[in-house]
Amino acid sequence: MTLLSIDWFFILEKILLISAVLVLSLVVAMYSTWGERKVAAWIQDRLGPNRAGPMGLLQPLADGGKLFFKEEIIPTNSNRFLFILGPSIAMLVACMTSAVIPWGDTLTIAGRTVSLQVADVNIGILFIFGVLSVGVYGIMIGGWASNNKYSLLASVRAASQIISYELPMGLALIALLMLTGTLSLKEIVEQQRHDYWNVVYQPLGFFIFLVTAFAETNRAPFDLPEAENELNGGYHLEYSSMKLGFYLFAEYINMFVSSALMATMYFGGYAFPGMDSLGVSPNLLTILGFLALFVKILVFIFFFMWVRWTVPRFRYDQLMRLGWRVMIPLALANMLITGAIVLFRQH
Amino acid sequence: MQALTNRAKPVDRSPLTFLEKMYVPAIAKGMGITFKHIFKRKATVSFPEQRRQFSPVFRGLHVLNRDEEGRERCTACGLCAVACPAEAITMEAAERKPGEEHLYREEKYAARYEINMLRCIFCGFCEEACPKDAIYMSETFAPSNYQRKGFIYGKPDLLIPDPKQSSK
Repeated sequence: MTLLSIDWFFILEKILLISAVLVLSLVVAMYSTWGERKVAAWIQDRLGPNRAGPMGLLQPLADGGKLFFKEEIIPTNSNRFLFILGPSIAMLVACMTSAVIPWGDTLTIAGRTVSLQVADVNIGILFIFGVLSVGVYGIMIGGWASNNKYSLLASVRAASQIISYELPMGLALIALLMLTGTLSLKEIVEQQRHDYWNVVYQPLGFFIFLVTAFAETNRAPFDLPEAENELNGGYHLEYSSMKLGFYLFAEYINMFVSSALMATMYFGGYAFPGMDSLGVSPNLLTILGFLALFVKILVFIFFFMWVRWTVPRFRYDQLMRLGWRVMIPLALANMLITGAIVLFRQH
Repeated sequence: MQALTNRAKPVDRSPLTFLEKMYVPAIAKGMGITFKHIFKRKATVSFPEQRRQFSPVFRGLHVLNRDEEGRERCTACGLCAVACPAEAITMEAAERKPGEEHLYREEKYAARYEINMLRCIFCGFCEEACPKDAIYMSETFAPSNYQRKGFIYGKPDLLIPDPKQSSK
């Protein structure tokens, strides 16, 4: 009967953790839309949304409610199944990535040690890469199923852009992996806890990762798949109601997850300087660590927005030239130098 | 070609240097500029709470005036309707009955006087045309409305309150 004995607390713990992470990423994505509009307004010397609630804080609720009540249109000549599948994939994939991010150290509740990470898989980074590559299917399927030339063009753009930028991103990460020697995100954080942050060792790698993250999340200046002025909104042109909301929401969740990844891999994750000499109880330390990670993520999200409202969109050939002729050679050089130094230090 | 002013600057078409091709310094410079704007004074006027002063020559919503004794000045001569380039004004004249001398200043008055605020271009010609100083343009503008007919302003909307009645 030991085979059938299930650790109910373990399952409960994981369910709670998954719900918490899901709710967290949804709420952050929701308020990113508010933040985006506020940052845009401030940069353009305006006030931004301030009518719904204090400082416009209820604006995301109003927007979401509006999207729910809008008419849902599925074009006659579209492929109905794929048309619905597209935004579903985009949303699902966006939510899946957050599973392997260590949101904090361990909490001790009633004698049980609870890790604030949904799944500490030993291939964490590979998992993220796999899931991110599926993400482009959401855009491609949605654009193709719409049976619209603009959407199709946008999905072709998205596919080639994401494939082009996944290469330098992967190469930048390989350099990081050579340094840390592990694929587990938790271990990467633990290493940074007792050492300098990885950004000190990998400044160029971080820069490449940052730029490619912009391309992977379809954010300006690489938001060509949803270029408003040439493709009428791109792959989500034919979408309305909450399906459009899913696409827009997925972008913000992706931004949140990318920020979390950058904070985890290059900026110490939940570790902060002087963490172990603080002398507070481990549980409090874990919560402080989570807050530190959250602040880092918010800074990155602000950076994403700041760039969006500063830099104009690249032309498509410029984007491709930058990807293949600048980013990949840079990433290769970074990998080569890192490898040489790692080898040199071993001997 | 001879330049009209000495302010024109020739366009620099020399190829980009390596530093310029890196984009990054230029982007950083631009981001510095946008960051500075976050802390600048905002140009927004939060309208219903804050209102900006109109200029003294502002031509707003029309007002039908009364004389010192509170009698309507308008005699329905129709000159404002003739002067109106948008044909926004219509009126119907009526004769003053005995006993109505305290309401209307002269023997003829406007029984119906309507201005379509959707047609009106607020040029102020009606104000200029009026020989009796009966129509004026105030410093407010027509508020929004859900229906077209809500924009056709009749006498109750246009007449200013009787000064004698409001003082009581």
